[in-house]
Amino acid sequence: MCLGIPGQIIEFVDDQNNLARVEVSGVKRNVNVSLLRGEIGPGDWVLIHVGFAMSKLDEREAQETLKLLYEMGRAYQDELLMLEKSQLE
Amino acid sequence: MKFVDEFRDGDLARRLCSEIDRLSRGQSLKIMEICGGHTHTIYKHGIEDVLPPNIDMVHGPGCPVCVLPMGRIDDAIAIARQPGVIFVTFGDMMRVPGSKSSLLDARAEGADVRFVYSPLDALKIAHQNPDKQVVFFAIGFETTAPSTAVTLLRAQAEKIKNFSVFCNHVLVIPAIQAILDSPDMRLDGFLGPGHVCMVIGMRPFAFVARDYRKPVVLSGFEPLDIIQSVYMTVKQLDEGRREVENQYARVVRPEGNLKALEAMEKTMEGRPFFEWRGLGFISHSALKLRPEFAEWDAEKRFEVPGIRVADPPACQCGEVLKGAIKPWECKVFGTACTPETPIGTCMVSSEGACAAYFNYGRFSLAAQRNRLPVIDLTAPTGANLKDS
Repeated sequence: MCLGIPGQIIEFVDDQNNLARVEVSGVKRNVNVSLLRGEIGPGDWVLIHVGFAMSKLDEREAQETLKLLYEMGRAYQDELLMLEKSQLE
Repeated sequence: MKFVDEFRDGDLARRLCSEIDRLSRGQSLKIMEICGGHTHTIYKHGIEDVLPPNIDMVHGPGCPVCVLPMGRIDDAIAIARQPGVIFVTFGDMMRVPGSKSSLLDARAEGADVRFVYSPLDALKIAHQNPDKQVVFFAIGFETTAPSTAVTLLRAQAEKIKNFSVFCNHVLVIPAIQAILDSPDMRLDGFLGPGHVCMVIGMRPFAFVARDYRKPVVLSGFEPLDIIQSVYMTVKQLDEGRREVENQYARVVRPEGNLKALEAMEKTMEGRPFFEWRGLGFISHSALKLRPEFAEWDAEKRFEVPGIRVADPPACQCGEVLKGAIKPWECKVFGTACTPETPIGTCMVSSEGACAAYFNYGRFSLAAQRNRLPVIDLTAPTGANLKDS
């Protein structure tokens, strides 16, 4: 029910009814973009829920989250490597 | 699909779990994921198996199909059975049992019940069938309510007379408050429902941290999102912080979606109280149409029985929804109640904890039950063997 799927805006198709064509995993459909009016354009990624674009997917934020995750992973890995090298007696 | 593969990196998940293990220092922590979408991800990807055993994920009431009481299903069926009505619903609602039957049964008996992807599809059906009354069964949390609101505004603008909405939208904040006030509940933190937050923003969750001293991390729906959110919750606890943090910043803006809130405000208002399955009556926990939209309000247009119906005695959905028991601890789980023949709502919706567990988890549980122990304490000892 509360699922959202990311899609990319291709073009606006009906200004009066706020419809835009989006591509989701190769499937092209019209969705209502009235809730993001003035905030999005062709090429932008949006989160789609029951036929409505609900939020602009922030690519920078997505990359930041991933970077944080990978760095955390690396920090821990480095810690483990240091531990392996340690020769306490 | 964009960002999906990156958020499913197994190695990274395991390393994050080691960090959770280190920070939680073996303390038993109960973290509630409020949203059914999170429950689905947790079971589908086996997240409970990779988290340290002291971290207990408690499944909350965030599945709109599961929390709808039986009486409302009966009301929906009563509307669907009226002559000249096309009753339109999301697919998840078709098989939910009312006190006597489901919408699927009503359709088999001749009612015109259809399922659609979007409320706008229901409006289109109204356009195409001017001689019929088209009723949309609106369910869902704040994530879905704006789409109903925009559809209503369009029906009003286009003066569509043969369309109405049976409004059952519910609000997540009063439910969280009810759980926090429940005396049998001991929770250490919450994963906030990412897509509800995308609409309402971060501020409505502030009371959980401020007044109840529990961390809240607004979380995305990929496996790594959930594991990272658990990590952020445990880190808050470890550092003595109690805050609302946003793990899902790629989708959730701190202020939410103001246009969506505005559309809801224009078309809907709070109900004084609403019954939730498992949680009982909660004040100001649901939405109805504003008087200006009475023309499109199915509850005004049609007679509905409006009778409260108790859950079947065998069904323990209420306890599952409060997180008081795990799905498999229910008496009828997997025997009398399965996704094919559900007794309770939690087994119908794919976001219900029981269906998610039945579909993804039961085999590993079965394996666990039949697992050969490392040390078999029931076997005769070596000494005894030597003696005999």
